[in-house]
Formats: sequence, C-alpha cells, structure tokens
Amino acid sequence: MEANIAVPTEKKETWDGGNARPFGASYGKMMMWFFIVSDALTFTGFLAAYGLTRFKFIDSWPIADEVFTHVPFVHGEFPMIYVAIMTFILIFSSVTMVLAVDAGHQMKKNKVAWYMFATIIGGIIFVGSQAWEWNTFIKGSYGAVKTTEGKVLQFVKDGKQIALADFVTGPKTDAIEEHSRKNGLWFQSGEPVATYSVAQVINAYNANPQIQVRTELMDLERKQKTILSREEGSIQLAKTKMVVEGANLKANEYGNTVFADFFFFITGFHGFHVLSGIIINIIIFFNVILGTYEKRGHYEMVEKVGLYWHFVDLVWVFVFTFFYLV
Amino acid sequence: MAHAHESNTKRIWIVFGILSVITLVEVYLGIIKPEALHLHGPGTSWLNWIFIILTLAKAYGIAWVFMHLEGEKKWFRRSIVWTAVFLISYLITLLLIEGGYLYDTLSPLVKW
Repeated sequence: MEANIAVPTEKKETWDGGNARPFGASYGKMMMWFFIVSDALTFTGFLAAYGLTRFKFIDSWPIADEVFTHVPFVHGEFPMIYVAIMTFILIFSSVTMVLAVDAGHQMKKNKVAWYMFATIIGGIIFVGSQAWEWNTFIKGSYGAVKTTEGKVLQFVKDGKQIALADFVTGPKTDAIEEHSRKNGLWFQSGEPVATYSVAQVINAYNANPQIQVRTELMDLERKQKTILSREEGSIQLAKTKMVVEGANLKANEYGNTVFADFFFFITGFHGFHVLSGIIINIIIFFNVILGTYEKRGHYEMVEKVGLYWHFVDLVWVFVFTFFYLV
Repeated sequence: MAHAHESNTKRIWIVFGILSVITLVEVYLGIIKPEALHLHGPGTSWLNWIFIILTLAKAYGIAWVFMHLEGEKKWFRRSIVWTAVFLISYLITLLLIEGGYLYDTLSPLVKW
C-alpha cells in the first residue's frame, strides 16, 4: 500500500497539496492559475469562433460603431464612449484589487477591506452597465426589415440611418395583435408582434422619396454599407418577410443573426464571470473583516481571488478589442 | 513571493496610467478612424493591427504586474504563458484561415 502513496495520509492536508510547493507556488495559487489557463482557452474558443464567422461574412458584418452608440441619460450618438467607460471601470477595479493584495502583504487588515470593497463596487457598476447595454441592444433604436432571403434592410435619409418611427405613418394594415394572456389563452402568450406591419413600411417608403434602403453588403474599399437607389430599394423591399425591432437570438435589426448570438453569448459569458467574481469577492471581503486571514497569518486568499478578478479584466480587454474596435 | 513585504503601490498606479492611456488611444482611433489607417494595410487594416498590438500590450501589463507573473518562478510562468500562447495562436490561425476559405467559397453564391 505505502508504495502507492506519495505523501503519508495522516500528514496530508488535501487542499494544501501537502507541503509540496512546486515552483515555489502554493497548491491553491497554482490551481487558480491552471483554472485561469483553461478558462482562457474557453474564451479563446468563443472568440476564435467569432473570428471565423466574421471572416466568413466579412463583406456583410455589422459595423460596431453603428450598433453601440448609446450612453445612458444622454441623447445622441456617441460610438464607443460607453464601452470605453466600462473598460475604465473594470481596469480601475483591477487596480483596487491589486492594491488590496499589496496591503495584504503588509498585513494591513483595514486597507485590504476597503480596497476589496471598492473592487466589489466597481464590479457591480460594470455588471450594471452591461445589463444596460444588453437592454439597449435588445430594444434596438432604429428598426429594420428582413427579407425572405434572410437579409436585413435598414433605412437611411441623407446617408444617415433613420428609425422606422420617424417615417412610417398611417394605419397598421395587417390587424395582427400580440397574443397575450388577456386576449388569448390565459395560460400562454405568443411571440411579440412588431409595431409596424410590412405593408405599412413599404407604403411609407413609397410615399417618401427621401428614404433609401441600406443593405448589409459592405463596400470593402470604403468600409461602409451599400445604399441602394430608390428603384433597387423597391425591388429588395418587395421581398420583405418581417419587421425587426431590436435583437433576439433569431433576428436582429443590426444585420446577421449570428452577430447578435455571439454578442449575447460572449458578453453574457463574460458578464457571468464578473458576477461570480463579485460573489467570490464578497465572501473574501467578509472573511477579511472577520479576521480570518489575520489569524491565518497571511492574505494569500485575497491574492488568489485577485488573480481571478484580473483574469476577468484581461478577457474584457480582448472582448472590447474584437467586438467593439476591430 | 520574493518581495512579499515591500509595497508596490507606486508601480501599480504607473501601470494603471499606461493601461488608461492605451485605452484612450484605442477609443480615440476607433472614433476618428483615420482613412489612411482604416482603409489600407496588410491582411487587415493598419488600424486593426494597431488595436491588436495595443491589446496585447495591455494584456502583458495586466498579467505581468497585476497578476504578478513577473514575481513567479521562471518555469511556472512559462508553463502558464507558453501553454496559453501556443494553443491560442494555433487555434486562431487555423480558424481564421478556415473563415477566409468559407468566405471565398460561399460569398460568390450569395446574391445581393
């Protein structure tokens, strides 16, 4: 028996890996690093799949600047400003985290607690911002139509995108109502119905000669979407199947369906990491206050959650680049 | 944990400053998109190369200073960084080549 066991059982403290410290790192720290490496590969898988899909649709992929243009409490278009603010918040919370680790090395309990607190607040603000971002993305701001070929057509006036609400008037001709619990079966509700009908949009287009149709097709020389002439626009609009407002997993007003799917999946997976990071930070924060690590004689636990927190920040740096900048 | 008890506060703030400046540069370039950089470049646009290089610089700052990789034993560091970097470069290369192939093959079939 004994030949098979590396460390005598009675001395082994499982969660510390005995007293072995390979590479001078504790068991916990090493395992956190190995987890981070494997998690990094998971995120790589997502981002690489995103890259593949984007290369596949390189001539029709939505332009991020035109999708993410909103800032809370402010009207108008400010591409990227809000995501940049979110990035700052996350980097800043990374700084307070590393300051907490630093204070832990000097055994300053109060300082560690305050820096942990600041980190948690930063994390909560970030997750809140992401929720707001999702909400804006799901609601959409312009609206578009989708053709039977699955292409998304947007509307422009003088080269600038224009919302359906700004030019579609007249009665909603199709008389379709949303199936809710009140007007249908009490135990179920149906798919949401768009504010405008297809015929209504086409009529408004025909009535207003200033409106043009913009397709997803990118002019790769100018890196801008193609705007169709009035006649071409009419031909495309004749193929319209549905009105799209905002985004869900099946259709979105920004363009390719898979664009929104990746947005939800990648930022959602990252947001879930931030959320779990906040929860872990809160647990460690209370342990710090209770003096657990003071008694233990070292603040290595703060260092370990710190590693996780920085990793979440690290992933965001890449998501920010590949989703919003490139 | 060689320098376990000395304070690195000043260095941390310097790195924060560098990361912030890089982010500001990225956002500024992303908003103005200078045509010379945006519309030309090898493979992808110069602008995209700038973004990718700046991102890697940020990742280096976070991993080396915030995650304290610089203080770990050499081969511990390498077991983390090399594993990740090799696997990630490999996967990205293959998938992007494949994505380009899909575009070349499928896009002629799409009518606009």
